[in-house]
Amino acid sequence: MKKLINDPDDVVDEMLDGMTAAHPDRLRRLPDTQVLVRDDGPVDDKVALVTGGGSGHEPTHAGYIGDGMLDGAAAGDVFSSPTADEFEELIGACDAGDGVLAIIKNYEGDVMNFETAIELAEMEGVEVESVVVNDDVAVEDSLYTSGRRGVCGTILVHKAAGAKAAQGADLDEVKRVAEKVVDNVGTMGTALTSCVTPEKGEPTFDLGDDEIELGIGIHGEPGTERTEAMPADEVTEHLTEAVLDDLDLDEGQEVLTVVNGMGATPQMELFVLNRRLQELLGERGLETYDAWVGDYMTSLDMAGASITVCAVDDELKELFDAPADTPALTVK
Amino acid sequence: MSDDDAATDGDRAADDGAAVVAAVEAVAERIEAERDHLTQLDSAIGDADHGGNMARGWAEAADAAGDLDDPDAETVAKTVGKTLMAEVGGASGPLFGGSLVFAAGELDEGITPETAVAFAETYLEKVEDRGDARVGDQTMVDALTPAVHTFKKSIEVDDLPPIEALAKAVDAAERGVAFTVPIRARKGRASYLGWRSVGHQDPGATSTLFILEEVLDVAADRLGVDVPEKDATSPTIPDEDPDEAGGDPGADSGGD
Repeated sequence: MKKLINDPDDVVDEMLDGMTAAHPDRLRRLPDTQVLVRDDGPVDDKVALVTGGGSGHEPTHAGYIGDGMLDGAAAGDVFSSPTADEFEELIGACDAGDGVLAIIKNYEGDVMNFETAIELAEMEGVEVESVVVNDDVAVEDSLYTSGRRGVCGTILVHKAAGAKAAQGADLDEVKRVAEKVVDNVGTMGTALTSCVTPEKGEPTFDLGDDEIELGIGIHGEPGTERTEAMPADEVTEHLTEAVLDDLDLDEGQEVLTVVNGMGATPQMELFVLNRRLQELLGERGLETYDAWVGDYMTSLDMAGASITVCAVDDELKELFDAPADTPALTVK
Repeated sequence: MSDDDAATDGDRAADDGAAVVAAVEAVAERIEAERDHLTQLDSAIGDADHGGNMARGWAEAADAAGDLDDPDAETVAKTVGKTLMAEVGGASGPLFGGSLVFAAGELDEGITPETAVAFAETYLEKVEDRGDARVGDQTMVDALTPAVHTFKKSIEVDDLPPIEALAKAVDAAERGVAFTVPIRARKGRASYLGWRSVGHQDPGATSTLFILEEVLDVAADRLGVDVPEKDATSPTIPDEDPDEAGGDPGADSGGD
């Protein structure tokens, strides 16, 4: 399998160096770690927002570091959690004295390493709270999790909680907003191809030319259902119905939607999905407040997409609209 | 332990620290020797990295502990825990390493029967909380829980000498490892296999037993006593190679 990499062992290091070289005025790498933080941080009089997880989901996580979103992110190796000591360094480096909110995707390794880091940071006198994102409606328990996985909905948690923190809210308020998003968001994804991890160099699972997986995670784990390939509208219907059934929204409810590419799907196809998604919302009497389309939470070179729906109220609308200035997402 | 009465607190602290360093070095050697065995156990029900991760972590931990200058027991334990956290990764990093960092604080007044019990209890508590696992989930908790409870009871109720209490704890851990074979995993990666996890010996419980065995050996050696005889009624782990016992056709039992 052809890849633009040197040595699989160096790929994360080299990616992080390349990222900081692309954004020298925004991102800084903590020495001897895989942790990136805001170049102008820690930011005084502001709750710090941190996250992290395995690499391979770019622009997640470090792509969302900046004004209005994250203060820092720890990058693990491809598809594996950062270690607890890296999370601990991240928390320490981002705290400006007003406390830290850790945003954790519900994967066992991430949760355990972050929780250990949080306890250690608390022993050093840092005030830390955490939220665990579990938006994937496809699974109850999975290969890597107890409970539902955390996937693309995490970006919306970064955005809303980041905006709240930027407004000067205290740690409890920032956490409340983060949990509000978690309570109101659902996601489901599909894969047309497996991804190829640098280490393994071959597809994680075999998928025939005429097959797709529904209900995938973001680590090349197989979906909950393998079916024959179908037109874009049908795929959109499967994903959207699963998410909406889970959220169980009242008619007239306003929602923000995300059609997210998994890394190797052209925007053309994502927009085709979004077209049908918006029709389906209309048919259910739901009102779209905003629709995001693009690669937000990827799975290396997997072809496929996920659909995220988040119910919004006045508070969340204001926070999603608030300014953000990061390498991967800018809102003016 | 009354023969320590004459020693000054400083000697005592340095001696305790040196004992922990010796134990860590012994554990590192043992885990390296068992590396393929642990990986083989993990390949049947997990992602086949337990042996390599643990061997790397303990080797680094032994180096880090050896580099300390006249450390006390708490400092050594904390250093080892931090190193395991950084090097082992995955869930084993926080479980083995993170728990050790927290439990290390119980040794701030050196190693006595009382502090050893407190250390063991805190360690178990952290592992249970972090892993959200209890006895019967087919995890390291199945070896650790009986070991810690037996140790505590032997010291506090039966009033046994610490070395005998430790030997009984190792026996209990061994029974715990044997217990992981016939049960179904409910936590950790193996839980995804559901009933297919039955018949497999848990790698984390196994490495926990190896660690306790080495601690017992080092403790006996430093006290100048023989390792107490095994309880003859104690059942042992059924098979060196659970893959053969379990008849899993997919597992490679060859090793190297």
